[in-house]
Amino acid sequence: MVDPHKTDVRIGVLALQGDFKEHAKMLIDSGVNAVEVRTDTEIESIDGLIIPGGESTTMARLLIAYDLMELLKAKIASGFPVWGTCAGAILLADSAPDLDRPTIGGIPMTIKRNAFGTQVDSFETDLHILDLEGGDYHAIFIRAPLITEVATEVEIMSRLNNGEIVAVVNKNLMATCFHPEITNDKRLHSKFIDVVTKYKIDKSTEV
Amino acid sequence: MTIEENPNSNGNEHKVATMGVKVGLAQMLKGGVIMDVTTAEEAKIAEEAGAVSVMALERVPADIRAQGGVARMSSIDKIREIQEAVTIPVMAKARIGHFVEAQILDAMGIDYIDESEVLTPADDQNHIDKSSFRAPFVCGCRNLGEALRRIAEGAAMIRTKGEAGTGDIVEAVRHMRELWSGIRTISSMTDEELPSAAKNLQAPLGLVREVKKLQRLPVVNFSAGGVATPADAALMMQLGADGVFVGSGIFKSDDPEKTAAAIVRAVTHYQDPISLVQASEGLGEPMRGISTANFSEDQQLSARGN
Repeated sequence: MVDPHKTDVRIGVLALQGDFKEHAKMLIDSGVNAVEVRTDTEIESIDGLIIPGGESTTMARLLIAYDLMELLKAKIASGFPVWGTCAGAILLADSAPDLDRPTIGGIPMTIKRNAFGTQVDSFETDLHILDLEGGDYHAIFIRAPLITEVATEVEIMSRLNNGEIVAVVNKNLMATCFHPEITNDKRLHSKFIDVVTKYKIDKSTEV
Repeated sequence: MTIEENPNSNGNEHKVATMGVKVGLAQMLKGGVIMDVTTAEEAKIAEEAGAVSVMALERVPADIRAQGGVARMSSIDKIREIQEAVTIPVMAKARIGHFVEAQILDAMGIDYIDESEVLTPADDQNHIDKSSFRAPFVCGCRNLGEALRRIAEGAAMIRTKGEAGTGDIVEAVRHMRELWSGIRTISSMTDEELPSAAKNLQAPLGLVREVKKLQRLPVVNFSAGGVATPADAALMMQLGADGVFVGSGIFKSDDPEKTAAAIVRAVTHYQDPISLVQASEGLGEPMRGISTANFSEDQQLSARGN
């Protein structure tokens, strides 16, 4: 059954750089409004945000150059839902020691950039993802990071077979080291839409 | 149920060098600027300015033009030095048809190989069979047929060629318009018209069908060859590029740091003239450049490798 609230949900995709169009298409195909956001006013107009794949060094610089860093930090502190994929996951980590700029943060975890090597080590694999119905998720890892440490309150959504953590959720924040936006599997986008829908309903009922 | 207990998890076997991961990296570079660099210091300037990737070169195209001689793959030492200097992806060029240069770059773990007309071609008949490599390839094109032939050979990313090392945007514009004109023509055709179109384009029918379905190329397409200012970069984005390669335009300008950051800004905010004003302020002289209007055939690098 389609949740009637879902149709009102407006999700932004941070469009400073990266594969933001792919995310926007997945959202639109999932039946919600999707907008590319590049400025503070655009960010203020949305109910949730996806930070796409791309180069974390580039995005981290542009977030500072375009004065978006403090705004996003404040919004995240107030419970605003954000999902980061790959570069986006790096930017949501409280600690990314090998990124030469500060992250936005929000998830108490440590993430390692380019953890698998260069592009020739990029790979595809099937993952089991916590509470995701419909079987394994085909995940594409591109010069991907790895989550090396998490605080106890962070829920682990998925690990590689060797135990390494590749997806987590923490309150309204989600981070995946792989790229659901370049597959045809919308289940993780649906999961995030549910998070944003719930956030929007809760916000409208608290007066 | 915890992950460890899941009996159905099919043992996540890793598949590398798939078309998915090759095309995927190019998708991550979209909306970004790839900069030509010749030293570790230049690579750091590029990364600092917000480049999504650097192209490791022995000489920038403007110098290749000026100095002449045979232009080959960069030296191993130079590429290593650049790989060690930055954390963003590092690309390098191989000569058209020189599959051994490509094998060497692949073995060095280069992130993307550019089979490039800017270098002196090693084979005037054949391109590299790119599907057999671990590293993905980017190739140049001037029109749809050329793009699809390169994709058929295994290219995971396309760039319109423009005319490298000139700082003259006219060829980049011509090639981008040609490409999109070709795509629009295919998109408006009926299915029974496609085989004849494929024949005329000298491109595989399967790819022509895909172009019609997607109404764009099946891979990411950047613009190259002539970008010298933030306005040039935004022009190419507005004409339908997914991102921009800048060669000589940065390190042949008065102020490479500022020019690099300004072009990055222009590519993100390419539709916003106010941001383009801000990006264009206080830059000093761009590269001097040479007009391509009176080029003889052997001055046209873009004619190499059809």
